[in-house]
Amino acid sequence: MRYRPVNLGRWVLWGGTAVLLAVLPLVFTASATITLLSQMCTFIIFALAYNMLLGQGGMLSFGHAVYSGLGSYFAVHALNLIAKGSLALPVTLLPLVGGVAGVLFGVLFGYVTTRRAGTTFAMISLGIGEMVFACSLMFPGFFGGEGGITTNRVVGRPFLGVTYGPGVQVYYLIAIWLMLCMAAMFAWTQTPLGRMANAVRDNPERAEFIGYDPNMVRFLTLVISSFFAGVSGGLATINFEIVTAENVSALRSGGVLFATFIGGVGFFVGPIVGGIIFIYCVVSLSLFTKAWLLYLGLFFVGMVLYAPGGIASLVAMHVPVLRARLMHLLWRPYAAAAAAGLVLLAGIVTAVEVTYHYSLEGNINPQTSLAGIAFSVTDAAPWLAALALLAAGGASFAWAWRGVRRAWDAIMLQLQERAG
Amino acid sequence: MSTPAIELREVHKRFGKTQIINGVDLAVAQGERHAIIGPNGAGKSTLFNLISGRYPLTSGSILLNGEDVTGLQAFQINRKGLSRSFQVTNIFQRLSVFENIRCAVLWSLGYRYSFWHRLGGLKDANRRAEEVMERIGLAKRRNVPAGTLTYAEQRALEIGITIAGGASVILLDEPTAGMSRTETGHVVELVRTITEGKTLVMVEHDMGVVFGLADRISVLVYGEVLATGAPEEIRANPAVQEAYLGALHKETNHAGGSHA
Amino acid sequence: MEFFLISLLNGISYGLLLFMLSAGLTLIFSLMGVLNFAHASFYMLGAYFAYQTSLYIGFWPALAIAPILVGAFGMAVERFGLRTVHKHGHVAELLLTFGLAYLIEEAVHLIWGRSSVEYKIPPDLDGPLFILYTTSFPMYRGFMMLIAVSMLVSLWLLLTRTRIGLVIQAALTHPQTVEALGHNVPRVFMLVFGGGAALAGLAGVIGGNAFVTEPGMAALVGPVVFVVVVVGGMGSLAGAFIASLLIGCLQTFAVALDWSLAGLLERFGVIVASSSPFYAVAKLTLAQTAPVLPYLLMVLILIFRPKGLMGTREG
Repeated sequence: MRYRPVNLGRWVLWGGTAVLLAVLPLVFTASATITLLSQMCTFIIFALAYNMLLGQGGMLSFGHAVYSGLGSYFAVHALNLIAKGSLALPVTLLPLVGGVAGVLFGVLFGYVTTRRAGTTFAMISLGIGEMVFACSLMFPGFFGGEGGITTNRVVGRPFLGVTYGPGVQVYYLIAIWLMLCMAAMFAWTQTPLGRMANAVRDNPERAEFIGYDPNMVRFLTLVISSFFAGVSGGLATINFEIVTAENVSALRSGGVLFATFIGGVGFFVGPIVGGIIFIYCVVSLSLFTKAWLLYLGLFFVGMVLYAPGGIASLVAMHVPVLRARLMHLLWRPYAAAAAAGLVLLAGIVTAVEVTYHYSLEGNINPQTSLAGIAFSVTDAAPWLAALALLAAGGASFAWAWRGVRRAWDAIMLQLQERAG
Repeated sequence: MSTPAIELREVHKRFGKTQIINGVDLAVAQGERHAIIGPNGAGKSTLFNLISGRYPLTSGSILLNGEDVTGLQAFQINRKGLSRSFQVTNIFQRLSVFENIRCAVLWSLGYRYSFWHRLGGLKDANRRAEEVMERIGLAKRRNVPAGTLTYAEQRALEIGITIAGGASVILLDEPTAGMSRTETGHVVELVRTITEGKTLVMVEHDMGVVFGLADRISVLVYGEVLATGAPEEIRANPAVQEAYLGALHKETNHAGGSHA
Repeated sequence: MEFFLISLLNGISYGLLLFMLSAGLTLIFSLMGVLNFAHASFYMLGAYFAYQTSLYIGFWPALAIAPILVGAFGMAVERFGLRTVHKHGHVAELLLTFGLAYLIEEAVHLIWGRSSVEYKIPPDLDGPLFILYTTSFPMYRGFMMLIAVSMLVSLWLLLTRTRIGLVIQAALTHPQTVEALGHNVPRVFMLVFGGGAALAGLAGVIGGNAFVTEPGMAALVGPVVFVVVVVGGMGSLAGAFIASLLIGCLQTFAVALDWSLAGLLERFGVIVASSSPFYAVAKLTLAQTAPVLPYLLMVLILIFRPKGLMGTREG
């Protein structure tokens, strides 16, 4: 695990991030985009919290949405109490309610789940997640049944003129919480507990023999992680003003796993990258195609098979190459692979979209269009085109990939020689 | 007669139906360097696992500095001042050499499960880790991930992690396993210096190391202590010679020795 | 009495179905250390393949063909998927099967749509098997139990009486030794994974038309199968058997019972007011809590007997 911030570089990085966050809504002014940015920032907190468990602690959980979702529920009830005047809490601090709720349930469920590790922990987390989800339908008073619980964030006294009515105000609130949480979670990785979480991940038995109870380390990691997950849930409540059973569902838990893994669990920025990509797919890609989850699934499986370190690790892989000024060896093979990859991608997309349209409306309305080209799914043409693209793309990509492999072999050889 | 550092009383260990340790009584004095030798399968590693809390006893008791630690968990025993190394290198592969050692000092310096201290600012922990790193000769490999070290370097790190916490009783499980003559020599010197003033219990097969380092030796055969005493006594003991003769002879004739 | 017997029979047939699924899962886990998250997806595929096949050539051929198709698919997954990630450890394998579960569900959406399909019980098997007091016990349920039991007996015979079975049994506890003895362990893995998938597919063939065949069926039964495996003890077939029947009966009985805590207290003259904070819990009927019961059982087992009822192998 490489966390090597150089001091000046660290200030530049964090400062730059803060500036970027501040400037984004000035560049992307459409309200839909601002909501998207808000959603991304909220989700990034969740993903970073999740990576505390997975990347730092080596604990794979299939039920982390329990903590963020329950945080959302507690926050929404608190918000409604604020609206009624029974709770004197500024909306700005509402995410803390979510955080505290997360901690409470982290302690409660963590006691049961962290006594086992590895695969068993994963399964238990799944079971607890399903249990909470099933409970959400049993207690409509708290969970609001099918419709969930709605709220209004424009309540309480305005804080320095800020009412959180306009989306951009919500965005800045979330951005500030994001900076605070990111700083806190990063700082945690540089504490004794954070480092021991790494040690327990690598070798729980050895950790015992240097005086640490691995279960306690895992338990505390889970509790701290569930705090931040709860904060994320509280922010989601403010952003969407509705909380439903979906917030504690297996889909949410699966989503954060997808996102964190795609980004890269071995790097602090991994979940950030993964979070951005994932929310973009969920929100924007789903507008273009019904098959967005299929594409995401294919991408995920592809990463598991060929790049289990995630996007962050793919980027990090090139750092020594850049340093040794050997990048020029990669341009051509990458370009070839990219071109072939595009053909293959076109083939996959065509095949999927044509099949989707056929199965959904093939009998009623066979006419549709893809990338501006109109066709009918009952003709042979689109199917043959898909097949041709797949075949051509597949073959050329396999060939281009060999070129990439050869280039990397040459680079590895050179790097080894230079290392002496 | 002060309290022994480690005392084993009537220790038995059974795995299923197999009796591995068959009634062991042993006392190691404070500051003593004690070696446990015996043929393979005698139960030496099992004994270590029992003392350090890795396995529970079937019956009997173990006392550490006079305190009964039978049935305690491994981390509890460690906190009471006993530390052990492993025969199969057991380090934190993804952490750097420095981080490995720093982790080993954290508990003993009282940092426990703190998430409010900044690691970089822990002067005592960092200083101690640097000291240990120097001692085991890995200062040049400070930031290398432990998983990529050479075998001998990993064994040195293994020992480093074991002693970093400042435990008063140290158990070393075959510290020179798989090493060349020169590497063995280095390790012996290292062990000699770092166990000054501490109690050492060592499992070893290399008789040269044993006879060079140990104050007293116990011979373990089929889960029982055949004999305990000073090196010369053990060497001259006829029962030991009979049970272990071939091995002793083989081990002390290093160069060009034939293997049976 | 009638209610008890009918529910018991229904519970056992559901439990046997669960066991068909958890047996395959346990075998794969014990042998390969892989927790097949997509196991319930194989169940779903079995149902859909059977549906599609039976449209063309009827139910009985489908009964044989669908599990074979699923088994072949399983072998392909092992050969091209699991084998590639095996070197990255168990977490990577688990993540692969996790992603695969999503992919399979999306593929089903793609091909058969998002709503349920009309996978029907064949007319020869539709009807009462016998009448107990006033309720008729469907023939199809009996058929399900018959198939399940015969499949499991064959599995047991395979494991204990054939050479490949011996190798599998040995590899269950000592895979490295088996490989050191020269057996083609990767091929054994592929066969076991494919076999487990086929077993799940068969469960889908007979379960899909008894219950609903829809894209969400994997997500409905999947977690329950995991609970069965955790409760029974990871790596224990006997434990999985007991846990399957236990949970099968538990859910079947609970779903039919309208008892609630409030109702019970009422018998003793204690009325729980609707304004009291416990009202929400007290007025819950057992039927309403049925979905949660397996998970509650799992939590209890984890607290009091973490290895499971008969666990042998830690995750």
